[in-house]
Amino acid sequence: MNILVCIKRVPATAGHIALTPDAQDIDTKYLGFTISPHEECAVEEAVRLIEKHGGSSTVLTLGPEVAIDQLRDAMALGIDRAVLLQTDGREWDPVATADGIVESVQADRAAGLDYDLIMFGNESADSAGYQIGVRVAEVLDLPCVTGIKALEVDGAAARVRRQTESGWERAELSLPAVFTVKEGLNLPRYPSLPGRLKAKKKDIERRKPEWRDGGLEKVRLKLPVQASHNVEMLGKDGDVGVELVELFQRLQLLERR
Amino acid sequence: MILAFTEHVDGAPTALALEALTMAHRLAEEMDTPLESLVVGPAGATAAGILASYGVTTLHVADDPRLDVYAPAAWGQTLVELVEESAPALVIGTASDRGSEVMAHAAARLRLALAANCIEITPGDPLLVTRQRWGGSLLEEARLKGEVKLITIAPHALTAEPLAARTDVTTRTWKPVLPEKDFRVRLRPEVQADTGKVSLAQARVVVGGGRGVGSSAGFVSLEELAGYLGGAVGCSRAVTSLGWRPHSDQVGQTGTRIAPELYIACGISGAIQHMVGCRAAKHILAINTDANAPIVAQADYAVIGDVQKVLAAVNAEVRKVKALPVG
Repeated sequence: MNILVCIKRVPATAGHIALTPDAQDIDTKYLGFTISPHEECAVEEAVRLIEKHGGSSTVLTLGPEVAIDQLRDAMALGIDRAVLLQTDGREWDPVATADGIVESVQADRAAGLDYDLIMFGNESADSAGYQIGVRVAEVLDLPCVTGIKALEVDGAAARVRRQTESGWERAELSLPAVFTVKEGLNLPRYPSLPGRLKAKKKDIERRKPEWRDGGLEKVRLKLPVQASHNVEMLGKDGDVGVELVELFQRLQLLERR
Repeated sequence: MILAFTEHVDGAPTALALEALTMAHRLAEEMDTPLESLVVGPAGATAAGILASYGVTTLHVADDPRLDVYAPAAWGQTLVELVEESAPALVIGTASDRGSEVMAHAAARLRLALAANCIEITPGDPLLVTRQRWGGSLLEEARLKGEVKLITIAPHALTAEPLAARTDVTTRTWKPVLPEKDFRVRLRPEVQADTGKVSLAQARVVVGGGRGVGSSAGFVSLEELAGYLGGAVGCSRAVTSLGWRPHSDQVGQTGTRIAPELYIACGISGAIQHMVGCRAAKHILAINTDANAPIVAQADYAVIGDVQKVLAAVNAEVRKVKALPVG
């Protein structure tokens, strides 16, 4: 089977977010970058499926040249091939992004590589449009399930499960299909040193899709207003049992004796 | 006209659907245009009673026996048919699992932009929206263009408010044209075995552990405290990645969002992705060795100290109060 995993390079944010002076981006001067969390699980799942069923795996991202770091991270985990859809630093909205990915899938198909499975994260950590996977599936006329947390493939049949607000749901469908996945689908492995070294030497195919106006245009970013509040310090070492029990009782979480 | 895609359970609109309707009605007033609603499935017709208090004038009920089981593409196509027929200025849905999915299918088929997780909307062309990024830790102001504007409303961006005056709701039931291929994916609910455990999302107390707990075995003291308080144990993403706890325990942007009375965050630094998941907690108690950890500044109460030492003292004291045997 042939699998395509689409990932996104996002900043590895920690305790707080700072913006660039023009409010167009997160200030990443002191930040590293990573693959968006849900997609790390998509990469891991693709590697496991190919280990089990044989075939080929491709990782794709749309972004600036530096996004090859994340493509190499995915190859270090065992993905065979990488495609970079190069952008010029402009913001690509969901319509433009999905169109770029579709064109790349069609180019692969024309070259004889047909995907049985195309995987995405349910939503990216940063812009979180909740739609790229569905849009790609619709244009390619493939069935799509979003937010899956379990996947079993048996020949051309797939069984998926997902967790929603109202509980677990399941579906059975035929491949080819598009799945968007959520973290929890698996526990991604750490890359091995030989894996990293091998990934460094692999080729990355570059394609240049054309930017288009998809109808959603970022004007600026802003931080939500935080209500300031006081922190009550309850103690500085292990001798705070009485104070904490008193707190639990005040909040009516523990009965008073 | 503004069209609200209204999710319901046996004819009762969901809490998030009522929030979206509240937003939709405010916009309808500002734009001086009627508010209509779409429900999928014949049971949705009984929603009219409640929708009358949210300013809805026409309720469209899509009826097809095949729609009984949730099929994302078919529900999307139902919305597409109604949009093409009635040409609304705006379609407003909820950013729930289903709402996001159905709106994405419709947007793709209509070749229109979709702005997800919006918290503010200003009428005009283009429409101005404020939407959530990073689970709401960051906001984006954006311009939304297109003949019909598609929007999902972020959960709890506003409070659902029924109106004092009720409208007369005209109900119209119709059968959309749905090709068989739109039923390739049908999602059936699984019957859950009752484990008797308090779920993370619903717990009144959550005792969460981070790297500072020290090890997988270190969670025993958290389990003990959670047991005394009738709560559940949660954890940070660092802990899940280390394999100390299952992903189902993870609190955060890519895990479970919790809303307890008290969240006891033990040895958790407080990365923004984690705070997104516990923002709805009424009170946060941070236990951390580092007084400068981001979680301390965002907590209501803090204890600076080693997690295991603090929990040992607390658990001993709780046992005393509950008159339980020592140790």
